[in-house]
Amino acid sequence: MRDVAIIAFAQLPAVRRDTEREEVELVQPVVTAALAQAGLDRRDVGFTISGSCDYLLGRPFSFVAALDAVAPWPPIAESHVEMDGAWALYEAWARLQCGDVDTALIYAYGKSSLGELPDVLVQQLDPYYLAPLGADAISLAALQARALLDSGRADERRLAAVAARSRRAAAANPCAQRRSRREVDELLAEPYLVAPLRKHDCPPISDGACAVVLAAGDVARRLVPRPAWIRGIDHRIEPHQLGHRDLTRSPSTAEAAARAGAGPDAAPFDLVELHAPFSHQELILRDALGLPTDDGTADGIDDGDGGDGPAINPSGGALAANPMMVAGLTRLGEAAARLMAGDGRRALAHATSGPCLQQNLVCVLETDGGAP
Amino acid sequence: MTAANRCAIVGIGQTHHKAKRQDVSIPGLIREAALRALADAELTWKDIDAVVIGKAPDMFEGVMMPELFLADALGAAGKPILRVHTAGSVGGSTAICAAHLIMGGIHRRVLTVAFEKQSESDAMWALSPRIPFQPQLTAGAGGYFAPLVRAYMRRSGAPDDVGLQVAVKDRQHGLKNPYAHLRIKGIDRAMVADSPMLWDPIRYLETCPSSDGACAMVLAAEDAAAAPRPPAWVHGLATRSEPVVFSGRDQVNPQAGRDCARDIYAQAGIHTPSKDLDVAELYVPFSWFEPMWLENLGFAAEGEGWKVTASGATALGGALPINPSGGVLCSNPIGASGMLRFAEAAMQVRDQAGEHQVDGARRAMGHAYGGGSQFFAMWIVGRDRP
Amino acid sequence: MSDDAPDAAATAAPVTMVPSHVRLTYTVTAGRHLSSYLRALADRRIVGGRCPVCTKVYLPARGACPTCGVPADQPVEVADRGTVTTFCVIRIPFEAAPFPPPYVAVAILLDGADMPIFHLVRGIAPEEARMGMRVQARWVADDQLGPTLASIRWFELSGEPDAAYETYANHL
Repeated sequence: MRDVAIIAFAQLPAVRRDTEREEVELVQPVVTAALAQAGLDRRDVGFTISGSCDYLLGRPFSFVAALDAVAPWPPIAESHVEMDGAWALYEAWARLQCGDVDTALIYAYGKSSLGELPDVLVQQLDPYYLAPLGADAISLAALQARALLDSGRADERRLAAVAARSRRAAAANPCAQRRSRREVDELLAEPYLVAPLRKHDCPPISDGACAVVLAAGDVARRLVPRPAWIRGIDHRIEPHQLGHRDLTRSPSTAEAAARAGAGPDAAPFDLVELHAPFSHQELILRDALGLPTDDGTADGIDDGDGGDGPAINPSGGALAANPMMVAGLTRLGEAAARLMAGDGRRALAHATSGPCLQQNLVCVLETDGGAP
Repeated sequence: MTAANRCAIVGIGQTHHKAKRQDVSIPGLIREAALRALADAELTWKDIDAVVIGKAPDMFEGVMMPELFLADALGAAGKPILRVHTAGSVGGSTAICAAHLIMGGIHRRVLTVAFEKQSESDAMWALSPRIPFQPQLTAGAGGYFAPLVRAYMRRSGAPDDVGLQVAVKDRQHGLKNPYAHLRIKGIDRAMVADSPMLWDPIRYLETCPSSDGACAMVLAAEDAAAAPRPPAWVHGLATRSEPVVFSGRDQVNPQAGRDCARDIYAQAGIHTPSKDLDVAELYVPFSWFEPMWLENLGFAAEGEGWKVTASGATALGGALPINPSGGVLCSNPIGASGMLRFAEAAMQVRDQAGEHQVDGARRAMGHAYGGGSQFFAMWIVGRDRP
Repeated sequence: MSDDAPDAAATAAPVTMVPSHVRLTYTVTAGRHLSSYLRALADRRIVGGRCPVCTKVYLPARGACPTCGVPADQPVEVADRGTVTTFCVIRIPFEAAPFPPPYVAVAILLDGADMPIFHLVRGIAPEEARMGMRVQARWVADDQLGPTLASIRWFELSGEPDAAYETYANHL
């Protein structure tokens, strides 16, 4: 495979409801910032691709207007996925593997605040067998959480510990939305939202946007001192029907990880960014990725600033900010940005899509060293 | 070709296109096309490494990100699946995404599928939502494109009846295509001319239908291209996009279309497209777009496209057959319409097109466009390995 | 379960339709640039934005100039009259139609703008519609003005002679 690296990442602070910006106004600043970081003129970008979703915006072809943000003139080679931007990055990476273009710009945006998100996400389910039930995303996640608790591999305290750690990390991330520190006992005293999930176990509703620049080989080395090389990237999907899956496991994550070079025998990571919108999903993902799910500390959870394990979600993760269609790409961007800044040499980044972790993408990033 | 690996089309399938395919569910529709493509390649689901699926807006079926639930029907569980959406060009850009997975050396066999089941929802509603801040002025795609047709007529001085001629020609072609949706026996100029004027100057029979349908192809790397039938080979492929509006934009002859064509011609070593290509499947949803695209794609000089059409050259048996399948004017499952153009081009160079086969076709073009004539996807396929 | 149930199932016609009514409500954001345009309309003014790079005047102002990528946001007031660059006669009824068909939808290049806006022309027969017509905005009454393009009821002929094709040929 050709060497391809993330060389820039820019994001907007996620907010509950952005009443100031429509789509172009969300995307234009992050695209401009990412290209500036990369030292790349927009006219020199070889391939542009975005990730967004019409149903979130409530209108067809919503990506068309957003395209102005990259000023596609003269005309550009471009594509769009109706998916999280992490999959747009995957298509861009595949495009760079063809060898005839050297750089790619990826952007993603989402305004979950415009519609009633639970109602909107019902439309994502099988229209014949599941959508008529009206089960919203939180209820389905609660089913999954219940199954995990019943398996004996987790308890509510560990879910709360994931949420507490996310908030501690998010306090240092100016782009995170949920940043107030809360302790585990405090969180456990909260009422259930949809049992066994409490509000803190669920992601916030967020508006946001981010952009990433990819470059291949010597172009990446010329543009930035410390590119975050994509050493492996893969994604897999599972059956949609929840009854066809063991909801307490994520075999698609394990398979993607094995193919991306993050299998059981992989070298350790300095940091990990997991796209786990719900607290229990982090535990399922850690299990699938062979990451420690219990480091022996009092709360049973690695808090990211001690022990030998990798730092998990130093950004705070999707529990701290979850702009849909953006949060997955943000995990890849956050991991790369930390490596480029010198905070570690090797990172794992993950993105998910669909109900109950149906589809998962795993990316292994490394730097060669070099000054940040 | 400049890419590291060659890409072959080894299996092609499509559904029978109809206004309402109430005999199948959405999964049933896409499986109909996918199973035909697999059968054509003599492969099974387990031979497929990855799936790339495309369709136009989700609101056409009322399912958000339908690839999530369609993964089961496409045998994609445990595999990668990507979902492309680039408006009307999506069938083309989906195939191009799939081809890049082969050409980038990532997979050996990729199934690519595009579909639309417009009968599941109300397409006019899906295309013309009530958006606050702007008054509702047009009605569907025709209201958008009719002024462009008028501008073309003014610019080129084309006589009023060129659109009638294309409408008749493509419907006559469609009578030779067993999968076509519109099969209008005895179609002639008078029938088109007498049909209601919908979006002046576009008449009812000068527009495409609204169809349910799907198209699928199996793309393979060179070492997996030993198919039971000779494959088609990708000789060139590209996308181009430009803004939907900007001051001074030429929407009649968009730069993105010209650039995209120039790119694939360079990749395929084509100097004179009207001579070097044997047949082209162009995305012509309104009859007047045939002469417009002939100019945009370099088959005719600017202002001369209508003369090529008027000469009869674009009919089967002519020097440059355009849309021998009947094209979008006969079948328009929007998300699949672009892939149908790509697939029909491949069928031609595989000598697979039956009654609408162009004799001896060795190189063919597939073309798709979308949005406000701003998104383009094209490929050139050939009988010979590039 | 009765004994004849399987046979009944086998001979029953397939289900071909399951009505599934979906109603989703969205609160759309106009954004900063469109808001500046809408606020001016409530004041009987048409205010666009100039791109600082290419100097084109866009209506409305835009978060990104489509050809330059920077906000096109320097405020510029343009006239409420202009030239019809192209038009379309709508003859089919549809749900959101503002009038019973036929009616004429037009692209109008307002004097001082570089980008046509879309609106309706009333007061002429559809067959009299033509490119190059000079038209003038017909605003709603003061008490009906609001931050919406509906503050202009429609456009009507201004009485000026038609504009020459060359004056708007680049805005088709």
